[in-house]
Amino acid sequence: MTRRDREVLSFTFDGRPYEGRQGDTLAAALLANGVRRVATSVTLGRPRGIFGAWTEDPTAVVQIDRPFPEPMVQATTIPLHDGLAASSLAGRGRLSPDPDPARYDATHAHCDVLVVGAGPAGLTAALNAARAGARVILADDRPEVGGSLPDTGEPVEGRPGVEWARAAAGSYVALPDTRLLTRTSVVGYYDHNYLVAVERRGERAVTRERVWRIRAGRVVLATGAHERPIAFAGNDLPGVMLASAARAYVNRYGVVPGRRAAVFTTGGGSGDAAHDAARDLAAAGVEIAEIVDARQGGLVTGVRGDGEVRAVLIGRPGGPAREVEADLLLVSGGWNPVVHLFAQAGGELRYDDRIAAFVPGRPPEGGQSVQVIGAARGVFTTAGCVAEGLAATSPPDLPSTVTRSSRESRVPVDASAPGDAPAREDAGPSGEAGAQPLWLVPADDYTTHFVDLQRDVTVADLQGATSAGLRSVEHVKRYTTAGTAHDQGKTSGTLTSAVIAHLLGVDVGALGTTTFRAPYVPVSFATLAGRDRGALHDPVRVTAMHDRHVERNAVFENVGQWKRPRYYPLPGEDMEAAVLRECRAVREAAGVLDASTLGKIDVRGPDAAELLDRLYTNMISTLKVGAIRYGVMCRADGMVFDDGTVIRLAPDHFLVTTTTGNAAAVLDWMEEWLQTEWPDLRARCTSVTEQWATVALAGPGSRAVLAALAPALAVDAESFPFMTWRDTEVAGIEARVCRISFSGELAYEINVSWWYGQALWDAVLATGTVTPYGTEAMHVLRAEKGYPIIGQDTDGTVTPADLGMDWIVSKKKPDFVGKRSHARADTARPDRRRLVGLLPEDPDVLLPEGGQVISTGHLPPPPVPMLGHVTSSYRSAALGRTFALALVAGGGNRLGDRLYVPVNDTLIPVTVAHHVLYDPESTRRDG
Amino acid sequence: MLLIPCPWCGPRDEAEFHYGGQAHVAYPADPAALTDEEWARYLFFRDNPMGPFSERWNHTSGCRRWFTVTRDTTTNAITPETSR
Ligand SMILES: [Zn+2]
Repeated sequence: MTRRDREVLSFTFDGRPYEGRQGDTLAAALLANGVRRVATSVTLGRPRGIFGAWTEDPTAVVQIDRPFPEPMVQATTIPLHDGLAASSLAGRGRLSPDPDPARYDATHAHCDVLVVGAGPAGLTAALNAARAGARVILADDRPEVGGSLPDTGEPVEGRPGVEWARAAAGSYVALPDTRLLTRTSVVGYYDHNYLVAVERRGERAVTRERVWRIRAGRVVLATGAHERPIAFAGNDLPGVMLASAARAYVNRYGVVPGRRAAVFTTGGGSGDAAHDAARDLAAAGVEIAEIVDARQGGLVTGVRGDGEVRAVLIGRPGGPAREVEADLLLVSGGWNPVVHLFAQAGGELRYDDRIAAFVPGRPPEGGQSVQVIGAARGVFTTAGCVAEGLAATSPPDLPSTVTRSSRESRVPVDASAPGDAPAREDAGPSGEAGAQPLWLVPADDYTTHFVDLQRDVTVADLQGATSAGLRSVEHVKRYTTAGTAHDQGKTSGTLTSAVIAHLLGVDVGALGTTTFRAPYVPVSFATLAGRDRGALHDPVRVTAMHDRHVERNAVFENVGQWKRPRYYPLPGEDMEAAVLRECRAVREAAGVLDASTLGKIDVRGPDAAELLDRLYTNMISTLKVGAIRYGVMCRADGMVFDDGTVIRLAPDHFLVTTTTGNAAAVLDWMEEWLQTEWPDLRARCTSVTEQWATVALAGPGSRAVLAALAPALAVDAESFPFMTWRDTEVAGIEARVCRISFSGELAYEINVSWWYGQALWDAVLATGTVTPYGTEAMHVLRAEKGYPIIGQDTDGTVTPADLGMDWIVSKKKPDFVGKRSHARADTARPDRRRLVGLLPEDPDVLLPEGGQVISTGHLPPPPVPMLGHVTSSYRSAALGRTFALALVAGGGNRLGDRLYVPVNDTLIPVTVAHHVLYDPESTRRDG
Repeated sequence: MLLIPCPWCGPRDEAEFHYGGQAHVAYPADPAALTDEEWARYLFFRDNPMGPFSERWNHTSGCRRWFTVTRDTTTNAITPETSR
């Protein structure tokens, strides 16, 4: 379809309305409207135009304003659509403050063969592999197949190239287990043939972009080649363009990028690509002013023009220059095979003198299985590419597991499609030689010889780097930023290496390239995030009583993935008032806490007690059925890892609880020891956190509440002593009641099936004498009793002894995990940081958690000797004052000492106290 | 994204596994008999070879079993180890 037959589309650029055609890129549409300056360079503020025609373009980076703001997008890859609004940029874009309304998603795929690139080589390889019965994915970043064929108009096997490509694609998709992904860029090649691609599905699609995560048995890279620039003075001026790009605008889009063109070429490519481009432009009505061929000694020494090219300077360096009028300068400095994915896979590159470019060398080892064909390995003839595609996927070359020839007979095959006929032309891997390496045009001043047009890096900058002593291309890259822009050095990489090699007087092949890294083309964070954002970013876990907490206006806090009520403010209450009220209720009457999120692990088996003896610091095997014991676990390094209660249900059956945040880690820990060190132990661990809903009933009034709800249970202290459990019915629900306390008060934890959690909660509150309290009050109450929270008062460097809990460490057991470490000299140091209480001398001052503790009343010059830090700090209703827990060097030996906590510019005096500040004799736990 | 051969489930994506570090570092039979240095070697010292490395993986999001493979740290080539 010719350009004038395509649908007209309206768009704006920098606020001005224009018309383009269906099938245009924004760049093609701008050129069709004579817009040649589209950006301003990031550092030097120079005018920049359209240099390439696809992802290789380094200059035409624009901002999309509508339909949704998107910063820094290549105009050469934006499909034009009606209503598009874009504007020019000076290097940096603008993110939208609004959430992106588009949807993004991801999918996984597996295939026998992944072919990247749907040019002559890739199409042939994919079709051939599919015919052999392989499951094939063919991905190409263009909207249509054919690779460079629509750009060049070259014929294939006697047919127009575009027609040949469409027929081949048609035959391919008709075969079973084939997938053709157009507008899909393979951006990363990772270990074990795992590749990531991004499909651009369009503004009207249900999902705008989709990430493909592909595990391929084999990968065939047919990624083509990029033409490269030449460094000469002013080679960044709008109007300077890659010859292949100009040819693409004429042949693919029907757009002439100028009126009168000069051509500067070093030769190379299929036939002679720059001459072919000149021929095609001339046929489209562009006047060809002159072809300057470096092989014949011709040089372009510069360009002239204010903001865009008006004339081209032709001559010798230092000598007089001829000025030739032209508004377009086509540049062809040779061709770079697109080796990015091969290099990402771990393949080594080698420099090929014949084409003056880096080509795939030693393939990667390990789990990679990759082959490079066609122009991507320097085979630049179309016939050569077709032959390579055939050879790469002929059945003997495919893994036997993927050859399912029985398929073939059932498949209708378009006999006229390619692949049936042998390649008629010479298809050796030699391709087309003849590129004359000309990297830069000699000059006295290299300040406008650009090697990286996106990063504004010139030959002069590279000179600066090498004269500063840099010898590695990686170092020069970081010193100058060459190759670090969105284009990943597609046009600049090889040129940069070559110029550095020239400056250093070394061989470019020996100097090498910088490391190729994903992504091959820019990928937005929105695409990578996919649907995992907002409420779907992370699973949210709620308890059976969650709706009731919401109804009570609970303020929630996140504990791991759990939502836990932090406090329940009454009208007019702030957090401080609410927490003081909830604490007072527990100390003076009765409170109720949703404790369902505590981790619960069911441990069974004849050796369950032995397993727990080895993992807990204290003795578990002596625990009687019906009884409960508090326990601490350490890592092998002796540091506290978790704590909780262990209840014995039967001689071979325990239920252990863990901290809310550590539930999964503790289960992992138990399973690791069981499987890897003690496989002889007959014990099994099962997570039952979500099987049991738990309501903690605490306070001197809790016994009466429980008695009313559980008439069958003898609740007096003698019948139901501390640290025992009973099975009974509570509010008519089958329940297990444990007499344990995390507040120091008389308390019960009532466990019921998760299903009845809400019913139990409702029944407890229906008594009318119980106040719901949240995690903040729970923290205050336990801190008043000196109970540590693992992970808040500890940080992985704290032993049980440091917490004042020597009593929990068994002296009788021959070993438990961590025991040997407690005998190390370091864990016995008297000046270790120990848990203490801190009482600010002003009882209204609340210390900040994390505050440092020092011994002097003035701040000495740094480094300030720091004794420790505040781990917990609260206002206490029971104590009538503020208090804190802290880890302080020498801890227990400092009781009564005055220390200081620097806060901003003041030093807050505090008195060291025992860490148990409330009811140290534990008189309250029996009510 | 490595493709890791779980001996129970077959080859699965690395994202399903947790890494367990160097394999064959056994918990000492009698820790109390060790000097501080010997104990520290067990706790803190691990090999870091360039080449084949015996390492443990746990199929946390699958069968939850621990197993050992040999991974070449230069190529990431993985070969299963028959022993646990
Ligand atoms: Zn598994």
